Amino acid sequence: MKHVDEFRDPALGQVLAGEILGLVEPGRHYKLMEVCGGHTHSIYKYGIDDLLPANVELVHGPGCPVCVIPMGRVDDGIALAHEPDVIFTCFGDMLRVPGSDGTLLDAKAEGADIRMVYSPLDALRIAKANPDRPVVFFAIGFETTAPSTALTLKRAKAEGVKNFFCMCNHVTIVPPLRALLDSPDLRLDGFIGPGHVSTVVGVRPFEFIPTEYGKPISVAGFEPLDVLHAIHMILTQLKEGRCEVENQYARVVPYDGNPRALEVMSEVFELRPHFEWRGMGFISQSGLKLSEAYADMDAEIQYSVPGIRVADPKACQCGEVLKGVIKPWECKVFGSGCTPERPIGTCMVSSEGACAAYYNYGRFAREREVV
Amino acid sequence: MCLGIPGRIVRRWVQDDGAILAEADFAGELRTVRLNYLPDLQVGDFTIVHAGFALTKLDPDEAARTTALMRDVGLLGPEGDEPLVVPADWIDRPAP
Ligand code: SF4
Repeated sequence: MKHVDEFRDPALGQVLAGEILGLVEPGRHYKLMEVCGGHTHSIYKYGIDDLLPANVELVHGPGCPVCVIPMGRVDDGIALAHEPDVIFTCFGDMLRVPGSDGTLLDAKAEGADIRMVYSPLDALRIAKANPDRPVVFFAIGFETTAPSTALTLKRAKAEGVKNFFCMCNHVTIVPPLRALLDSPDLRLDGFIGPGHVSTVVGVRPFEFIPTEYGKPISVAGFEPLDVLHAIHMILTQLKEGRCEVENQYARVVPYDGNPRALEVMSEVFELRPHFEWRGMGFISQSGLKLSEAYADMDAEIQYSVPGIRVADPKACQCGEVLKGVIKPWECKVFGSGCTPERPIGTCMVSSEGACAAYYNYGRFAREREVV
Repeated sequence: MCLGIPGRIVRRWVQDDGAILAEADFAGELRTVRLNYLPDLQVGDFTIVHAGFALTKLDPDEAARTTALMRDVGLLGPEGDEPLVVPADWIDRPAP
């Protein structure tokens, strides 16, 4: 298929990989973070890490929408789903995320009316078909999915739909990156930038990474050659002593993103003072809620949700995985207590989660000799 | 949530309520796509879609530039460097 196949050319991949070998200094360890879960998935699907020199380490970032949802929010969602007459809608992956007392799927088995949707517009359609029942959409995702929620809410308002509500869990990508860069846990040499989020926010928001923290970043596409190419770009910057934002995915990511989407988002949403991230704690100005003009559709205002902060289960090390501090197989329950069929933590649920990617592609352990 | 591959617009139309919709071909699979955020997309354009909304238009010139850049990087590589061995099945490594 055009615009796909040329970025999967194995012969070219081989050359690029060989070229990467020439860029690294032996004796230096390179730690690059792929921010986006889509990249994690590509890396293990295509075995990209196998092509890299042993001293180039890829660590996973927080860019997986399902993975970052804390337990307390799942519990709030389940509480909403149990409200009388409510039809609760969410993306499929969310159904299997464990709360402190079971998943949304368990709540469904107990009789709650929970329906999976592919787009928030499906949820609005359900609301219009059931005018006498409240329909709640549990919104998750970064700036990639937030525009679809924003437009759906705008449309519901324009059409005067009174039974449609949104529990907003949308998050923004820059604050967790800043939190990671400020954390002493992790010394990163560069970032593989999130390609899909950038289609909306553009490249500009990442400029603080080189200017304030002195690290290179290359916004990358999702085909195997894109990822290799981005790694090549970052290592070239490091070798030449440069650090800047490069756009490997220029065919898809415009410098200014999608201004229309940003405009609608700023109309419908506003920043929360702080939002809790799974395993990462509260990060200020990192989450979105509905703006005042949309308060009558805000499920958190129209219903009282418990809003209790629940600590992650003891066995779960998703926080460390999301910050790139440990590899999935270093978590004690990885592959034993926690599997995609019976996940304990969020990173095992979605295909974008690092633990699921490791598990599905057979990475149960990996000791690489570090040069 | 994210359809990672680009889809090609095969049909577009305007609904009674003014919404612009299109049908896009994702590697043989046809999906309806909303063009609210990219009303100028035309038949033949490639687009990346999230949760039913087209968010960006693929720029074929940039695509060509990227492939050319990739080739350049490879072709200008230093001689004598052994390319790493690529697993034969790396194009679509199946889950075990
Ligand atoms: S194996 Fe399970 S519990 Fe451990 S970090 Fe991964 S998702 Fe979390």
